[in-house]
Amino acid sequence: MNAALPIIALAVVLALGLGLWARAGHDMSLEQWTVGGRGFGTMLVFLLMAGEVYTTFTFLGASGWAYGKGGPTYYILCYLCLIYLISYWLLPPVWRYAKQNKLFSQPDFYAAKYESPWLGVLVALVGLVALVPYMVLQLKGLGIIVTTASYGAISPTVAIWIGAATVTAYVMASGVRGSAWNSVIKDVLILSVVVFLGLYLPYHYYGGIEPMFRAIDQAKPGFLALPERGQSASWFASTTLLTALGGWMFPHIFGSVYTAREANVFRRNAVFLPLYQLMLLFVFLAGFAAVLQVPGLKGPDVDLALFKLSIEAFPPWFVGVIGATGVFTALVPGSMILIAGATLVAHNLYRPLRPQATDASIGRLAKLATPLLALVCVGFTLQGGETIVQLLLMGYAFVTQLFPALLTSLMARNPLTKEGAAAGIVVGVGTVAATAIGGHSMTSLFPSLPGAIQDMNIGAVALALNVVVGLLVSLATRRAVSAQAMATK
Amino acid sequence: MKHVRWLVLLPFLGMLGGPFVLNRVEPLVFGLPLLLAWLVACVVASSAVMGVIYLCDPARSETE
Repeated sequence: MNAALPIIALAVVLALGLGLWARAGHDMSLEQWTVGGRGFGTMLVFLLMAGEVYTTFTFLGASGWAYGKGGPTYYILCYLCLIYLISYWLLPPVWRYAKQNKLFSQPDFYAAKYESPWLGVLVALVGLVALVPYMVLQLKGLGIIVTTASYGAISPTVAIWIGAATVTAYVMASGVRGSAWNSVIKDVLILSVVVFLGLYLPYHYYGGIEPMFRAIDQAKPGFLALPERGQSASWFASTTLLTALGGWMFPHIFGSVYTAREANVFRRNAVFLPLYQLMLLFVFLAGFAAVLQVPGLKGPDVDLALFKLSIEAFPPWFVGVIGATGVFTALVPGSMILIAGATLVAHNLYRPLRPQATDASIGRLAKLATPLLALVCVGFTLQGGETIVQLLLMGYAFVTQLFPALLTSLMARNPLTKEGAAAGIVVGVGTVAATAIGGHSMTSLFPSLPGAIQDMNIGAVALALNVVVGLLVSLATRRAVSAQAMATK
Repeated sequence: MKHVRWLVLLPFLGMLGGPFVLNRVEPLVFGLPLLLAWLVACVVASSAVMGVIYLCDPARSETE
């Protein structure tokens, strides 16, 4: 047995123990389980929100993209920063409305604002479809981390099953409190490890950061900038903006907003969270360090870049520490996803069918839905072959379609009716699905347009159609309602 | 002081517009490729801008 294995095992036991301990002294009602009794202060909300940042996506996906794509990777730094700038104005009114109306989930917000339970069901379905690739991403990352860090002693399949069982156990017991306390450990670990790797690896292999970039630029000219076509500047700007708009639309991120004690929590966090993103720079540096040291990784294997290099550079016990950190980066976001997903199933899909169900019975159902959801995600994980960033981009493309209806609902006079909001979401999600299944890009859809437009993220088309259809249907339904009112007079 | 909030457009413009004019590796700035250095500067500026907006925001003294 190598020295890495007991350290990784200790991380799993610690995550489980802390997750179960978080329940102490709290009666796990639906409100406690899903939104922590709406009593979290600046620090815990900060960590839950930052939990979005430091997932296996950051640890493996961002370093893997730095290794495989080069310059286009910088979009990750930008979109995560812009998400928090948007939060300053977006989150306080959302939190205030949710608190006044005692909402538990993201679909609740849409259902209440548009006075339409069925719009809530639609939003819940879109959220679930987007959450599955996000959870698959975490489990896939967990499999890579544990297998590589244990030097192959644990297979990815076994690692994924152990991870899913651990997170399911503490989610069922403690809900969002287990996630919050594990976030504390996770962020301390990942900050330390990422900064160390980002500085040590360039100095160890190249003698510094500048010599590393000079060596890469000499070996692969243009790799560190954006290409002229494809993932060009217009791809960069459109992808950054689209993912920033979709950032708060994931059900588990939206749900973390409800846990806050007061609205100022979001304003304070919006000041500090952009700076927190600079940790990504160290992830990029670690990924770039691998470019010339472990060449030849292709396709989904680019996600292995950070670990391949670490195994060459460090003794097994330290690889174990990196692996333990990776375990936390998968389990914490994974637990938030399971809580949000189970709440959607019980509270937003089952409850509209059984309106007389009590909060207590919905709470029990949510806990029972947790292992089922975990099983579905494990099934998809063991099937898939996408890279981690591709999985995340797919999830973002879906949830971004929920943004227009949210934004207009916060206006003094909402231009969208419930029918318009639903039609816009259906058309937007349908467009994303059709282009993903058909493998279409802007280039294949609009071959005669200028290159800068062809390079734009295809999600922009879906979002534009979403807005246009939403406004047209709203106009039509408003006219129909006023004509009906005139006729009855 | 309400106009202070429009400062938030600066980091947006810097991050979304920067790649169109600074899409180069050389010169390295603080050891980083030019484009990456610019985007890092935009992130730091974002925090500074949000700090100014927060300090000038009358809503921060409200307890909700």
